[in-house]
Amino acid sequence: MSSPAARSILITGANGVLGSAMAETFLKREPESLLFLGVRSHRERVDALMAQHPGRVIPLALEITSAEAWTSAVQEIEARGLPFAVLVNNAGFHDDALLATMTADQWGNVIAGNLNSVFLGCQAAVNSMMRNRFGRIVNIASLSALHGPAGQTNYAAAKAGVLGLTQSLAKETARMGITVNAVAPAHIEGALPAGWGEERIKAARMQTPMRRFARPEEIAAAVFFLASADASYITGATLKMDGGLV
Amino acid sequence: MTLQQRIKDVMTSNLMLEVTADEIADDAPLFGPGGIGLDSVDALQLVVAIEKNFGLKIGDQGQAKEILQSVNTIAAAIEAKP
Repeated sequence: MSSPAARSILITGANGVLGSAMAETFLKREPESLLFLGVRSHRERVDALMAQHPGRVIPLALEITSAEAWTSAVQEIEARGLPFAVLVNNAGFHDDALLATMTADQWGNVIAGNLNSVFLGCQAAVNSMMRNRFGRIVNIASLSALHGPAGQTNYAAAKAGVLGLTQSLAKETARMGITVNAVAPAHIEGALPAGWGEERIKAARMQTPMRRFARPEEIAAAVFFLASADASYITGATLKMDGGLV
Repeated sequence: MTLQQRIKDVMTSNLMLEVTADEIADDAPLFGPGGIGLDSVDALQLVVAIEKNFGLKIGDQGQAKEILQSVNTIAAAIEAKP
C-alpha cells in the first residue's frame, strides 16, 4: 500500500479511543507525515503521542462547531508547508433520550456537534485540498445512522446526515482528486456507551455475529486505507464495520 | 501563445474535458446547451484554476457568472485585473 511521502493529516476528536488509535496508525505507517490532532478539554492520549513522536504531532484546540476555528486550523496546517491531504472528521458525541422527552438543546447540540461540525470541517478542508487537486476526507459516522436505535433520534439523524453529506460532496469533488467516504462502526472496545452494565454489554456482544466488538485499530486500519492513494477510485462510500451485524 | 490559448489549455488540463483546446471557440458559451457544456463543479474548478494560473481571484457567484461566460470574457477579466 502506498501513500504520498509527506503530508498533513488532521484528525478531530483525537483524544478519544478511536481518534488516538487512528493517530497511532498514521504515525506508524506514514513516518514522513505531520499529524494535527483536534482536541477539546482532555488531551492526555495526545500528550502521550507527542512524547512518543517528537515534532510530528501538533495538537489543535479546535472548536468543531465554529467556522472561524476551522479557518484558523487550516491556516495553521498550511503554514507548516506540507499539503493538507487528509481530514478525518471523528469528533462527536451523543446525548440520548426518547424523542417524547428530548429537549430542544439535546437535539440541537447533537446535530451541531455531529453534523454541522462535519459540514464546517469539509468546507474548510475542500477549499484547501482543491488547490492541491488531492484530498482524502473520511467521516466517522455510526451504525446508528443505518439502524436508528430507540433513544437516538438526534444522533441517528445527525449521523445519517453525515452519510448524505458524504455522498453529495463526493460527487462535487470527484474530478478534483478529492475522495469523501464514511465509516460506520458498530460498538468499539473501550468506547462503549457510558452507563452500560455487564449484562447489557454481554447482550450486545451476543447479538453481534462475530461475538465481539470492534477493536479501535481495526477501524483505524480501514480509515488509513480510505485515506491512502490506493483508495483512489472509492468515493461516496459508506463502509459498515459491524462484525456482521445487519 | 495567446491568452485565449493559455486559458483553453488550463481548461482542458484541469477540467478533464472531452474536447481539445483547438475545438473550443473563443466566444463559445461555457455553460448550457450549444456550448462547451460545463457544469457547476467545472465552474468551481475553473475558478480555482484561474486564480492559480492567472492570479485572478473571482470573489463571488455574481462575478463568476459574468466572467465565466466564454474564453473571451475570462481573457478580458484577466487583462483588466489590476
